[in-house]
Amino acid sequence: MKTSLPKQGRFGDYGGRYIPETLVPAIEELEENYLKFKDDKNFKKELDYYLKYYAGRPTPLYFAKNLTEKIGGAKIYLKKRGLASCGAHKINNTLGQALLAKKMKKKRIIAETGAGQHGVATAMACACLGIHSEVYMGYKDTIRQKLNVFRMNLLGSKVHPVKSGSQTLKDAINEAIRDWITNVDTTYYLLGSAVGPHPYPVMVRDFQSVIGKEIKKQMKKINNKTPDAVVACVGGGSNAIGTFYPLLDSDTEMIGVEAAGLGLKTDKHSATLSAGSKGVLHGMMTYLLQDKEGQIRETHSISAGLDYPGVGPEHSYLKDTGRVKYHSATDKEVIDAFLLLTRTEGIIPALESAHAIADVIKLAKKRPKSESIVVTLSGRGDKDVEIVEEYMKKHVKN
Amino acid sequence: MSRIKNKFLELKKKKEKALIAYIMVGYPNEKTTISAIRGLLKGGADIIEIGFPFSDPIADGPVIQNASTISLNKGTKLENFFQIIKKIRKETDVPLVLMTYTNILYRKGFDKFMKRAKSVGIDGLILPDMAVEESKTYLDAARKNQLDTIFLISPNTSTERIKKILKATSGFLYLVSIYGTTGMHTRIQKYTIDAIKKTKKIVNKKIPIGIGFGVYTPDDARNFLSLGVDAIIVGSAFLRLIDQTPFEKIESKIATFTKSLKNTTR
Repeated sequence: MKTSLPKQGRFGDYGGRYIPETLVPAIEELEENYLKFKDDKNFKKELDYYLKYYAGRPTPLYFAKNLTEKIGGAKIYLKKRGLASCGAHKINNTLGQALLAKKMKKKRIIAETGAGQHGVATAMACACLGIHSEVYMGYKDTIRQKLNVFRMNLLGSKVHPVKSGSQTLKDAINEAIRDWITNVDTTYYLLGSAVGPHPYPVMVRDFQSVIGKEIKKQMKKINNKTPDAVVACVGGGSNAIGTFYPLLDSDTEMIGVEAAGLGLKTDKHSATLSAGSKGVLHGMMTYLLQDKEGQIRETHSISAGLDYPGVGPEHSYLKDTGRVKYHSATDKEVIDAFLLLTRTEGIIPALESAHAIADVIKLAKKRPKSESIVVTLSGRGDKDVEIVEEYMKKHVKN
Repeated sequence: MSRIKNKFLELKKKKEKALIAYIMVGYPNEKTTISAIRGLLKGGADIIEIGFPFSDPIADGPVIQNASTISLNKGTKLENFFQIIKKIRKETDVPLVLMTYTNILYRKGFDKFMKRAKSVGIDGLILPDMAVEESKTYLDAARKNQLDTIFLISPNTSTERIKKILKATSGFLYLVSIYGTTGMHTRIQKYTIDAIKKTKKIVNKKIPIGIGFGVYTPDDARNFLSLGVDAIIVGSAFLRLIDQTPFEKIESKIATFTKSLKNTTR
């Protein structure tokens, strides 16, 4: 269906602002403040300070020599976001937004979290900047990522387990939105992915763009050009859009990797762009996993962070234009990739990031040794070792 | 003229205000829905809002969320909804309004959905996540199919915005009484009183104003009506009553409660 809609906040047909009326003034206030502060010298200086000395950026671009040799094709570089101080890329966004919330004089920050990485990054940024935080997390996710729940508690954040719906990320977002509607005057909603109503997809992308900017700079130093390809995992898609966006006008090939779970032919996956259709959820028009009647489907992924039936609207646009190719990796491929990287390089990736590794293994093999591929390792895998152990007990011999 | 507009004119002549009653289709099953609607009609509801469940109802509190989940788990499909409306439409001329979320209509295609809705006897639509800025295609289809589009405003909606929303609204304007989701029950807040005053001034009797979210009891209804709104909208209270009542008594219990609410509008 063709839609005629305002240009503001749209990537082609995607994006927009489908929200209850109560949130409109809050979203407008947010947009106004974001536009005001994003190019403000002092704001940028302050954010840069925290990103450098608190979060630990820039993170290194590491040449994965052993993995490259093992695969025998293009050179593989790992953008190790997992070395940032919370163990994932999420801190780029939470520091940016928490600082913005502080400028807006908000006293309370709420957030949703899937794997718990965004929740932890929110709790850290809020502790660092002295703002009270509360995090909504699907009940199922609080069980499979209980260590992160404890980390959030330690950091002084209150975690609300969400027992409605599928008890995962999408329901945590629903509940955070409901909280925001109820406490709209006092509360800042710190969304963790490049999803939701405008301006979130733009704002989160901008805060995550440090990833792509660093890659560009670091590859220039190594090869004096942009990488031949970049690969990143996609759930909501914040680390991927942060990786891609600064490189969109280059000739770098870009690949986003979604969670194929038990396979795209089953209904146990989270591969929204590969198998979804257009719809409206969480304030945005985008690709969704939904049934014929527009009910949102339950999703599955071995990684809680990719377990989401929607995707950032800019990815929907980039898929349609063909600028970015979206692939998917099954749980099994992901575990294999996780083990391979762990054993060849001594780097334990987050299961989310292992989706990108699974894809780069296939890609590098087909490409000449002269080419360079960068994989964004969005986070480290400490949080996932129990899940991997359990999977191996069930499925893997030796 | 639309059934909704007609209804408000008819009430005006009788010097009555409107009672708008909400229930969720398929909660907890289809036959209960039909009995409940019959109870609402018997009790004198002026307009009936029927909710169609969506998997992710962000504007709804626990009562309607729970009803949505149960209805969906029981397998409620659009076709069930249309069939129920068709059946009820044969029994009454009371305006029937569908309340659901944007994706349900978008998925089918606004025009295709509305054509079918109109043909079974729906008179108007309420989509709490349809912002006026995004509504062009939606409004075009609604006008084509002669369906009223009821928009919501909130206590924090600016004067300028209310004016913009009024241009897109037909049937009545839905004023959300509180900062919160459906079903929150509190004392009437000062900001709500201010919002009613402000809205009345801007609307200037061009369209009826209905107030909803947090209207539970005849006392609530009286209090809101004394502030000069044209309609009270009651939802979660009906769902709670359905929840507490055995099937055989649904129609009569709902009728009694509806009457007690309707009496406050006379």
